[in-house]
Amino acid sequence: MLNDIVLQLTNIRKSYGAIHALKGVHFTLRRGEIHALAGENGAGKSTLMKIIDGIVQPDSGQIVLNGDARQFRSPLEAQRAGIGFVHQEIALCPQVSVAQNICMSRINTEGGFLVNYREVRQVARAAIEQLADIDVNTLVGDLSISNQQVVEIAKALTLDCQILILDEPTAALTDRETEALFAIMHRLKAQGMSIIFISHRMAEIFEHCDHVTVLRDGEYVMDTPVADTTPEDVVNALVGRQMTHLYPDKLTGDPTAGPVILRAEAVADEGRVRGVDLTLHKGEILGLAGLIGAGRSELVQTLCGLRRRTAGRVELNGAAIHPRDYADAIRSGLVYLSEDRKGEGVFLNMPIAQNVSALRLDKVTTPFGMLDRRAEMDQARTHGAELRLKAGSLRDDVSSLSGGNQQKVAIAKLLTANPAVMMLDEPTRGVDVGAKAEIHALLRDFAEQGVGIIVVSSELPEVIGLCDRVLVMAEGRISGELSGDQMTEENIMALASGLALTG
Amino acid sequence: MSNMTNQSGAKTSMLMRLVRMREFALIVIILALSVFMSFASPYFLTEGNLRAILLSFSTEGIVVVGMTILLIVGGIDLSVGSVMALTMAVAGKLFLVGLDPWVASLMGIGAAAMIGVVMSFFVTRVGLHYFIVSLAFLGIARGLTLVVTQGTPLSLFSLPPEFKFVGQGSLYGIPFVVILFFVIVGVADFLLRRATIFRRVYYVGSNEKAAEYSGIRVKRVKAGAIILCSTLAGLAGVIFMSRFGAAPPQFGVGMELNVIAAAVIGGAGLYGGQGSVLGAILGIALLSLVSSSLQLLDVPVFWQDGIKGGILLVAVTIDHIVHTRKA
Repeated sequence: MLNDIVLQLTNIRKSYGAIHALKGVHFTLRRGEIHALAGENGAGKSTLMKIIDGIVQPDSGQIVLNGDARQFRSPLEAQRAGIGFVHQEIALCPQVSVAQNICMSRINTEGGFLVNYREVRQVARAAIEQLADIDVNTLVGDLSISNQQVVEIAKALTLDCQILILDEPTAALTDRETEALFAIMHRLKAQGMSIIFISHRMAEIFEHCDHVTVLRDGEYVMDTPVADTTPEDVVNALVGRQMTHLYPDKLTGDPTAGPVILRAEAVADEGRVRGVDLTLHKGEILGLAGLIGAGRSELVQTLCGLRRRTAGRVELNGAAIHPRDYADAIRSGLVYLSEDRKGEGVFLNMPIAQNVSALRLDKVTTPFGMLDRRAEMDQARTHGAELRLKAGSLRDDVSSLSGGNQQKVAIAKLLTANPAVMMLDEPTRGVDVGAKAEIHALLRDFAEQGVGIIVVSSELPEVIGLCDRVLVMAEGRISGELSGDQMTEENIMALASGLALTG
Repeated sequence: MSNMTNQSGAKTSMLMRLVRMREFALIVIILALSVFMSFASPYFLTEGNLRAILLSFSTEGIVVVGMTILLIVGGIDLSVGSVMALTMAVAGKLFLVGLDPWVASLMGIGAAAMIGVVMSFFVTRVGLHYFIVSLAFLGIARGLTLVVTQGTPLSLFSLPPEFKFVGQGSLYGIPFVVILFFVIVGVADFLLRRATIFRRVYYVGSNEKAAEYSGIRVKRVKAGAIILCSTLAGLAGVIFMSRFGAAPPQFGVGMELNVIAAAVIGGAGLYGGQGSVLGAILGIALLSLVSSSLQLLDVPVFWQDGIKGGILLVAVTIDHIVHTRKA
């Protein structure tokens, strides 16, 4: 009975207006397996999972659960049928304690008028203990993002589910938490639970999963035992073409040979950055790696005036600068790309052209303080072409673009400042593989044109593939510098977790 | 997620853009209502009636301009009615103690602007929400008005004729108030569409974080919008004072609701980033037209508030449906 089928979806179709999110997708889940679901952004993974969880209704197709044809009209119905869903976006109540968040659905569905808070705390503690050391009485809003993710997972564990859906659960987790999560997944699997695991990371899929299903552009591509395939095959299947040349060529020779563009000495902020020295040379792409919370974003934000610098010295092209705020830094040529594109990078409900001009409105302003809308359009057109932006009209709202093209709009905005140094925080997060390669190539072009490039990234293959040199941060300090052959995942992780390099 | 626009030629898309615009829909509704009314009532198309309708909303319309800009930045101001009354009381009192009426009026507007400055401190520096702060000042400004007037209306019949002209006079048969209103609305609408400083209002309202990460000094923009809204409420107060020759302490009670309703009917949202002066003015014109029509049709006055509330609900519902379908 080990391999009997728990859930089978056949020929599932779903359209939103003219967009076909799913074009006849199949999915088979067996008892006691960890089943990876892979696909680029927009491939239809999330829609498929929402259908299983009853959030979205399919246009056609069949869902068979334990041999019975079923239809889930709401998440509550799916929950009753034993399906638990850990969403990628955190959906918790920040002003409520960890315990009450974990037991939210229990409190919701249990009869009775009064809530037994003692029991709520016990259940919550039992669920979260296995994952991390988090006090169940703290408010969720006071936790870090990765701890919130842990709470989200613990919440699903309290439901006695036979199917658990984990949508990119490791994206926000630290290594230790990730290991703990996998240990639990294997234990649940041994108890007969079936787990659907959505991930971009091939290493995770090949180390921990039994089957892998690949979707591409809303279509079913393949479903195969992990033992019978290779990471390369899976990547090719999800991209739909041979990805041979993902990263642009690196700088030949010593990356520090060029003149220094930016130099920081003993830079500190109000607690997250604790004395950092760095130099950025002309022509190189400098990577900033480290765990979440190591202070990478805070460091670049401090350099460009978005956070207050409490100590240290910053030199741009040999002259000391003291930006009062970000507007000031922009004028001296330092620009910053936020890691949270939709929340902080673009104005989703404003036209593309107006997004591009936001950083330097003075460049499209007439002497009378009026906007020169033709200049605004021309500017957007020029930078759009430079970045190979794919858009219908520059008057369309940014929300109409794909993730990759939205990111290009955010980068075009930076270009209007004629930047001396671009600091890019997770520049390819949430961007599909094709656009990712394009953005990497563009960054290399900018570096060759003499713009200083600092890339903050949590994705190690990106750091290693793209950057000429990488600084690793741990607890607000630089814990090491790597370049050339030394730039390996092992070395970066060792430095990031505060270990000294051996050998 | 993605928005498949009809790419069949620029002309149709221009037309589509126009039809989708709130202003266009409002003009159509106003025209339709006017045509209906001209058949339903012989008095509707008289000069006297049209002038009365225009007069009824032109002063309040100045407050609507400020409120719209504040709504676009993502704020709201419940204190406009009280601030207006306070301006009238301060200006009236200063006139009665012997100040030149123009200087007294400027000082009244200055008092309104000061209320705006204090509110902007609490919103941008302390970090309280606009709603709470302006709710407090709805009470504070009204309280100050009662203190200044000692609770009885100031009668200002002695205002000189050239000052009364602002609120009561006419140029070429058009009430001066209406001319002033059209000038302010015209300038504000143009600036909001074209001036760089007002574009920042849209950026901040659309996405405050992204605005900050574009080097826009967000707090300054928000403070500016709050102060502008209070100042325009003060200006409207002075005009009312000139028009009525009095400063009643209970003037403008409940006005904020009408003003916010007009801006929202005109396309401003409560989440910021959307709205236009033209739309908001059409919104208040529609509300005034409806009031006047109900009177001409002998509908009991008690129905008015309910019907206006219904119009607001319908306008916002249609807007919501159109936008969620688009997304």
